[in-house]
Amino acid sequence: MTSPLEQKKIKLAGPSMVTANRTWDGVVIYRTAQQGWSANLSDAAIVRTSDEARTLLGEATADDVGAIGAYIAPVEVEDGGAVRPGNLREHIRSEGLTIALPA
Amino acid sequence: MPLVKNAKITNDLFVHVPDGAELPGNGAILVSAARFLEDPEAILRRAAKVGVIWPNNRDLDDLVPYLERLAAVALVFPSFRDGRAYSQARLLRERHGFDGELRATGQVLRDQFVFMLRAGFDAFEVRKDSDAEAFATTAKRYSVFYQPTGDGRVTALHRRMQQRHSESAGQ
Amino acid sequence: MYAYDELDRTLINERVSEFRDQVKRRLSGELTEDEFKMLRLQNGVYLQLHAYMFRVAIPYGTLSSKQLRALAHVARKYDRGYGHFTTRQNIQFNWIKLAELPDALADLAEVGIHAMQTSGNNTRNVTSDQWAGVAPGEVEDPRIWSELLRQYTTLHPEFSFLPRKFKFAITASDHDRAAIKIHDIGLRLYKNAEGATGFEVLVGGGLGRTPFIGKTIKPFVHGRDILSYVEAILRVYNQYGRRDNIYKARIKILVHELGIEKFAHEVEEEWQQMRDSALTLDDSVIEEIRSRFSYPAYERLAHMPDELKKAAHDPKFEAWRRNSVFTHKVQGYSIVTLSLKPVGGPPGDATAEQMDAIADLADKYSFGEIRVGHEQNLVLPHVARRDLPVLWKALDKIGVATPNINLVSDIIACPGLDYCSLANARSIPIAQELTRRFANHDTANLIGRLHINISGCINACGHHHVGHIGILGVEKNGEEFYQITIGGRADEDAQMGTLIGPAVPYGEVADVIEDIVEAYLALRARPDELFVDTVKRLGVEPFRERVYATR
Repeated sequence: MTSPLEQKKIKLAGPSMVTANRTWDGVVIYRTAQQGWSANLSDAAIVRTSDEARTLLGEATADDVGAIGAYIAPVEVEDGGAVRPGNLREHIRSEGLTIALPA
Repeated sequence: MPLVKNAKITNDLFVHVPDGAELPGNGAILVSAARFLEDPEAILRRAAKVGVIWPNNRDLDDLVPYLERLAAVALVFPSFRDGRAYSQARLLRERHGFDGELRATGQVLRDQFVFMLRAGFDAFEVRKDSDAEAFATTAKRYSVFYQPTGDGRVTALHRRMQQRHSESAGQ
Repeated sequence: MYAYDELDRTLINERVSEFRDQVKRRLSGELTEDEFKMLRLQNGVYLQLHAYMFRVAIPYGTLSSKQLRALAHVARKYDRGYGHFTTRQNIQFNWIKLAELPDALADLAEVGIHAMQTSGNNTRNVTSDQWAGVAPGEVEDPRIWSELLRQYTTLHPEFSFLPRKFKFAITASDHDRAAIKIHDIGLRLYKNAEGATGFEVLVGGGLGRTPFIGKTIKPFVHGRDILSYVEAILRVYNQYGRRDNIYKARIKILVHELGIEKFAHEVEEEWQQMRDSALTLDDSVIEEIRSRFSYPAYERLAHMPDELKKAAHDPKFEAWRRNSVFTHKVQGYSIVTLSLKPVGGPPGDATAEQMDAIADLADKYSFGEIRVGHEQNLVLPHVARRDLPVLWKALDKIGVATPNINLVSDIIACPGLDYCSLANARSIPIAQELTRRFANHDTANLIGRLHINISGCINACGHHHVGHIGILGVEKNGEEFYQITIGGRADEDAQMGTLIGPAVPYGEVADVIEDIVEAYLALRARPDELFVDTVKRLGVEPFRERVYATR
């Protein structure tokens, strides 16, 4: 979970996706294969090579109006094809806090 | 890139002469600090106006002796987030009494206009046309200022005290 | 409390209009994120893991009840019903939408609250002692000077784009509750031998990747010269602070690289050229600010009122009174700390309902004033002792009367990986588990004063370096691990803690802390030898042995 904001080189540890936050409200979004964004991890485009990742990231970053802070993050792809967050940080981003909200 | 002076887009009277290029025979020129310091007297001997572009990571000391003979000093914001030129501007105006054109160059954007005016800049090489067009309205964004700079604006503190004085004087 | 007048309010409103325009231009695409990011930071807007975070300024930790209600309103209307009080006396909201921020700011502006410079590479909240103005033995109210500095640094045209953030803290008491030694500029207010009011000025304190204790740059700067002297420091920093590497950009690095003597010399040279300027504070200016601070019309009250005598029979009340109530400089009054560290709860959070209730209690029992401490607790600074029993009942009802102030379960923690995009590991669940392990008040009292600080990453927003016990989240192979330090202090004897051994995994942290506490109880010379003094006396070794014997 070392902050991916410090990513410089693109080196994939496994299947990955590109995620960001929506500019107007900060909601977590995932880059889709249809040049768009979705708030659902299941819609995320999966990349498996550095080149694919670089392309997807470039395309995501180009949407400066719609999204901010795009970066490449790991996913786990289960046998049935379901996409799960690939680390604790992404788990928290997609599922929410690991603690109860005070209110 | 539009030049803004007196809150409006205006023609730039200065020609920026790149290092290595010959100085034109007449007309106001802007030259780099390195070039200027190679032979300042020769450059200043020109009848026409001379301005120097001073880098933001260099002390002003070497420039100070020539200030009275310079028509302009251009300071640099390599990124709008690099605020060194604000200090340079204030020192030029407030400590060294420079009263020629003080020009902001580099990544000069709308949301820093007020800071730049307060620091003493009076000419702006504005990156975006839309920002240049909005200069006059942007400059009026703030009417209250907490701290004194060389721009002569009365600080909030002193306005209050003046108010109090005039109130009690009026009694 | 400082009263904002029309000029102060105009400035805040002008700032809100400006930000509204900036947000509009961002959402339309006229401003890129690269151009906008620093602007939003200058209004306290961060991007966190799953939303924006909005950090609102609470200048020197002082709030009126009206202002606290406005914070509750923002929590309800624009967020998820709660806020988090920070180690710099500010408040943070975690779910705010950028598009709604200008409205939230406008709502706050109506009560004189803003978010100017709570982030970004500029001068941040000037923090102070949360007992300012009411602490016995205080030289004078440091908030007068905090306000002078706040105004001086707000939207300063020369210093809004520094190499990095810049933090001030001021104390006016022998016991430093403001942690001035870990700030970029720390100011200790005192009167010199001639009776003149002035400051010992320290520079270059700070935590993070390269922690440093602040060094004295000048032992006495007269009050009238403090702004010009600060300007000299800021100007030297603005010009010479590193801009090539964000990890080396704080003033502490410049001071370290130049050495304090050379740095002091640079500042002195600059200062000598501008000291007698418009920044010199004459008495009338200081009086002008002082006159805008209002103080309660305290009654003449007995030290031991009947209400208190009667309530002494209630052990729960007494436990709270002995723990959370502190001596006020005026007889018959008290300083009351409200614990935002309930057992099992996230440290430093308050719901909108709690905030409203506390605002009402402040009106009834504290002349409408609340304070925020950097330990992430709240304070009611002017409570009549006769009101303590009835106040306690009310505080207990809303869950802010846990009698754990300054004890092991009064934990300071950053938001950590649950919220923050910079984090390596979570901090809140660690804090929660520790409060459960040490929930027994008798045990906690037996242990005595013990400050645990937790940071989820090296940026040290939880101030772990200066915790009696410090816990730092790191990442090892995708797992959360924690380094433990002991013996740190944040006060006038500030020092960094010492690492006790290799990092331990998430699941073992609470056990390790229990082991450390057990070791302390076994090793302390006397029951009243504080943890931090036992560590000083014996060093880290005996603790290391006990913790790592079976690990």
